[in-house]
Amino acid sequence: MPSAILQNHEAEIRPPVTSVGVIGWVKQNLFDGWFNTLLTLVTVYFLYRIGPPLFRWMFMDSVWFGPASECNQNPGACWSIISSNFRFILFGFYPYDQQWRPLLAMLILFGFLYYSRDRRRWTKRLGYAWIIGLSAMGILMRGGILGLSAVESSQWGGLPLTLILSVFGLTAAYPLGIFLALGRRSKMPIIKSLSVVYIELIRGVPLISLLFMGSIIFPLFLPEGITINKILRAQVAIILFTAAYIAEVVRGGLQGIPRGQYEAAESIGLNYYLTMRLVILPQALKIVIPPTVSILISAFKDTSLVVIIALFDLLKTTQSVLSNPEWMGFSKEAYIFIALLYFLGCFSMANYSRKLERELSRD
Amino acid sequence: MANTGSSENVPFWFDPKKRSIGAQILALCMVGLLSWYLISNVLHNLEKQSIATGFGFLKKEAAFEIGESLISYSAADTYARALVVGALNTVKVAFIGIVLTIVLGTVIGIARLSKNWLVSRLAGAYIEVMQDIPVLLQLFFWYAVFYESLPAPRLALNPVPGVFLCNRGVMLPVLESHPAHFYILLAFVLGIVFSVYLKRWAKKRRDATGKPFPVFTLSAFMVLGLPIMVWLGFGMPVKMDVPRLSGFNFEGGTTLSPEFMALLMGLVLYTAAFVAEVVRAGIQSVGKGQREAAMSIGLKGGQVLTLVILPQALRVIVPPLTSQMLNLTKNSSLAVAIGYPDFVSVANTTINQTGQSIEGVALIMIVYLFFSLATSAFMNWYNRRVALVER
Repeated sequence: MPSAILQNHEAEIRPPVTSVGVIGWVKQNLFDGWFNTLLTLVTVYFLYRIGPPLFRWMFMDSVWFGPASECNQNPGACWSIISSNFRFILFGFYPYDQQWRPLLAMLILFGFLYYSRDRRRWTKRLGYAWIIGLSAMGILMRGGILGLSAVESSQWGGLPLTLILSVFGLTAAYPLGIFLALGRRSKMPIIKSLSVVYIELIRGVPLISLLFMGSIIFPLFLPEGITINKILRAQVAIILFTAAYIAEVVRGGLQGIPRGQYEAAESIGLNYYLTMRLVILPQALKIVIPPTVSILISAFKDTSLVVIIALFDLLKTTQSVLSNPEWMGFSKEAYIFIALLYFLGCFSMANYSRKLERELSRD
Repeated sequence: MANTGSSENVPFWFDPKKRSIGAQILALCMVGLLSWYLISNVLHNLEKQSIATGFGFLKKEAAFEIGESLISYSAADTYARALVVGALNTVKVAFIGIVLTIVLGTVIGIARLSKNWLVSRLAGAYIEVMQDIPVLLQLFFWYAVFYESLPAPRLALNPVPGVFLCNRGVMLPVLESHPAHFYILLAFVLGIVFSVYLKRWAKKRRDATGKPFPVFTLSAFMVLGLPIMVWLGFGMPVKMDVPRLSGFNFEGGTTLSPEFMALLMGLVLYTAAFVAEVVRAGIQSVGKGQREAAMSIGLKGGQVLTLVILPQALRVIVPPLTSQMLNLTKNSSLAVAIGYPDFVSVANTTINQTGQSIEGVALIMIVYLFFSLATSAFMNWYNRRVALVER
């Protein structure tokens, strides 16, 4: 019986206990050589100095639901700044009894995002469903029809505003970015230079200068008597900004398509529009899905800049809670909570992007 | 000439050449019309609201104070000088930020690749967390830490002798000025110039004769040794201007304001996460075979690194690194949110006082465009220099 012999043989030369199992792993990964050992010990010491006090501050000595007066007597974190002002932080000045509407709109958005995570479900019907869903969200937020009371956009705020700015920003910036990328690759000198100037100009300046432009200069551009509300102006600035970055990403995808594809499409008689729509763009856009998701992530993070032009997004509602004398001095807790929300959003997007990257490299 | 003959027969809207000219003229006309429409609206509105135009306001008195400045400035100075102060403050935070970011980012990037499981995981967690939190939020957080968590000057923390941490900022000791400093600096510059020439000469000699020359040792001696010798020659002046508590604040030394510190920490900690990823990718891009090949032809450890690994890794690292440095510079404009007087912040005050928003925003854009274009010019020069030369 050869297998029995083999088993016996294996039993004889089994590796020493110190190089397999938990001990082996620890030895190989933490105490491999004097330098590594020193590094491990120093790191463990720092973790020991920082970890337990932080844990005590966050969970043991902290106040979760009490009033502000209780926080002042306690050495730990004051999480009740969140629990007491939860609805204001999340929804801003949206009428209190109507706040189920933005909540429902957000749930619809999350539902759609969750359903669309699988690439096999990306069909035309899903596209139409997205359009219907986004309009439904708009109606829910705005009201004025279907028996919903109208809510001025100046009352919008908190997390829904952050989500609206990033989702609508990206949806509108995407086609614009594709046009700019095609313009930059165009053989017509005037169109090409217009696109290049636009892209480089926008990418060269910080977003905040565009937001200033939207909030202070844009009203001057309009003819007399016409005003556009503040959120829309910030939204336009975000769209114009994001489009330039998307254009560069899409250009990368276009450059990755071999010449043969263009020539093949031309040889079967497709014109420019059909070549792009049927042959080039489907391939180019597929290559650039992962970098597009990173643009989405930075657009999501960048919406926080609207604080500077005094829109009540998630960060601004938090700050206005902090300016309340009762809750003054608990900024760290509030910012940690907001950071957690942003982190969850960005981390799930980044994870999704990595998953897509793996899938795309397989097929 | 069959080609031109056939193009005469088809109507002009089917001729690709004429059609492209038509499309371009149309595009140009649309852009021109749109700008004419916007400009005429702007002029009309400005006239209506009686806002002045042009950059004449730059020569007027600014009449506002600026918290910190590298050059002398008072409220009686002009707007132009105020804006220069702002631009210098931007340069200051960007320069210090870039240096610290590269150091921290490289350390974290190398830590991410460490064989030590604990260190590598910690670096990974740092990168993930910092990349996923908006930089503005991080700025607010550090600002809050300075204002809410650090004690008043009277109870200032004193982590290292001479260094104080309190809610008025960070107080550091500075060297008291001494005539020797000028000569030390001169010796340092001389040392650098000498090393550059030495390196060129050594390379020429090596190419001609094949003999190596200990460039590094001699250069290090010149760059560090010369200033130290000058310092010894002047009798080792070491008098430090140490900050001391007097009344409610510190005197002496130098003070880094909480705004500056919060901005610097936020920008450095955030950008370092991205730089770490860049460094990691760069190091991983050099194949293992390169090191083995270099060692097999007899290069020493240091030579393997400087002659084989680094030149290849830097080719991958430098372009994304520059764009991260540019991001840091652009993000420094968020200073306006925490009240550090950078260029955007000063320009914003100027806009609020003069009402000349178009000129103000245009100035902001021009200054940042200048930074960007200068950086991309450098990038192109570098790319040309290090590009792979193939047959």
